[in-house]
Amino acid sequence: MNKQMTATEVVASLEDGMTIGIGGWGPRRKPMALVREILRSDLKDLTIVAYGGADVGMLCAAGKVRKVVFAFVSLDFIPLEPYFRQARQSGSIDVMEIDEGMMLLGLRAAAWGVPYIPTEVGLGTDIIKHNPDIKVIDSPYDDKGWVAMPALKLDASLIHVDRADARGVCQIAGPDHYMDDWFARAAAKTYVSCDELVETGYFHDPAQARMVHWERSQTTGVVHIPGGAHPSSCTPLYGFDVPHFKAYTGSAKEESGFQGYLDQYLGASEDEYQTNVGGLDAIRAIELPTY
Amino acid sequence: MTAATDYTLAELCIVAASKAFENDGEVLATGIGVIPRLAASLAMKTTNPDLMMTDSEAWMLSEPNPLGKRDDTFQPACESWMGFSRIFDNVWSGKRHAMLGPTQIDKYGQTNTSALGGTYEAPKVMMLGARGFPGNSISHPNSFFVPAHNTRVFMDGECDFVSSIGYNPARLPKGHSLDDIDIRLVVTDLCVMDFGGPDHQIRLVSLHPGVTAEQVQENTGYPVHVVGDIPVTAAPTQAQLDVIAAMDPHNQRAYQIKDNPPGVRAAADFA
Repeated sequence: MNKQMTATEVVASLEDGMTIGIGGWGPRRKPMALVREILRSDLKDLTIVAYGGADVGMLCAAGKVRKVVFAFVSLDFIPLEPYFRQARQSGSIDVMEIDEGMMLLGLRAAAWGVPYIPTEVGLGTDIIKHNPDIKVIDSPYDDKGWVAMPALKLDASLIHVDRADARGVCQIAGPDHYMDDWFARAAAKTYVSCDELVETGYFHDPAQARMVHWERSQTTGVVHIPGGAHPSSCTPLYGFDVPHFKAYTGSAKEESGFQGYLDQYLGASEDEYQTNVGGLDAIRAIELPTY
Repeated sequence: MTAATDYTLAELCIVAASKAFENDGEVLATGIGVIPRLAASLAMKTTNPDLMMTDSEAWMLSEPNPLGKRDDTFQPACESWMGFSRIFDNVWSGKRHAMLGPTQIDKYGQTNTSALGGTYEAPKVMMLGARGFPGNSISHPNSFFVPAHNTRVFMDGECDFVSSIGYNPARLPKGHSLDDIDIRLVVTDLCVMDFGGPDHQIRLVSLHPGVTAEQVQENTGYPVHVVGDIPVTAAPTQAQLDVIAAMDPHNQRAYQIKDNPPGVRAAADFA
């Protein structure tokens, strides 16, 4: 089965009002090329579920978002995401604010086909107060109250990986696959962009196959976009682009705002975008972060 | 070991904060930010070698990594994979002690990392979000570091958004007791506190050199329990300063507290 698609075809398969999960973590291994393709489309009213970074900020700034399900939205070295901040402070988006671990449980519940997973997490906090849809329930086995973290069912997930084959075998070779396996499992459709498209034989080496974190049956489509995580990182291929994130954050303080950022960088295609940011070689040369 | 006489306030705070991990046994010590991370590293290198620590990315380390850029020959002492999904398995096991720096800490020890002012629908200042604070606070011990002790951090009333559970009877979940909550040390640029006062009231544990109990109270928006003579926070030893310097070769600690004051301050330093 050949699952290769273009970014345009991926976005054409998404619909207004969908709930979309985005893999990665903060400024790390985000499917930014697919996010940019959404920016170029007329898709709207999305509910975004993510360990958020500039993916969430950009979609908010572009008016694509109705609701964000989040535990944080941050660029790590720039703690506060400027456009998510604007969207929150202007009250222009709905939110479901939860704990990082609760999001993992919600994705697992969706993946496993159960309505909720009980947890202590959230008890005694404003997570419960501001999310009337998250219920605190009694247990049949003890006398404690438990948070029933509901399944976070996703219509689609967008994920960026180091390598994939055309059948949807996906490899994350960086040190952490974050919760991307759960995003892939929680979604009805999972679209993956990859830095390198490889032949299936690549995975016949067990050391390579060990870095495949979900079965290909969870992958709906594969888009080959070298450098497609930029400006986020795709360790070990490239780090995150610190000057670019600073320019992005700085744009929020300019009069031209996000439109100014888009005018300078987005382009009509990913090729144009990469030309605007210095080319693929420059992306691949970005130093890896030190933690 | 004799106390050093020449040390910065940041170094004093690192040593004071490292005490939080001293008797923890074999748990994951997570220090978020330069001073908490150095505090956990110092404890692991000296008082509690059983501590576990990650590289803040995806590996568990047998030896803490020095902060900042390391030369190309540096080999981290990885002992296991520890990606973010596995961190939650550890959190929910309770075998972790985190030290973090929330924006607000109220009289119940509840903290806020998410939103200030306005309404929840449109806060005046949106911050990080709840992050992992809800899960941390109900699952394992937590300590806090506050680089600027004032009444905006230690504010009157309840946090604008409660990210982490504290000793608030009104929010006590069914079947739980307040003793299930385990807030350890609160280390600030003025003092060390804990929640060991009557009914889990915040309590002054030690004062940094040159600081008075009155000064702590003036900068705290709710009553601080003060009993008897409050000791002065112990000065670092030279051996501790040497470990800190080795763990922080780029001197990032000098940029964590405004103006990087000396550890021993005179009244004029607070003018």
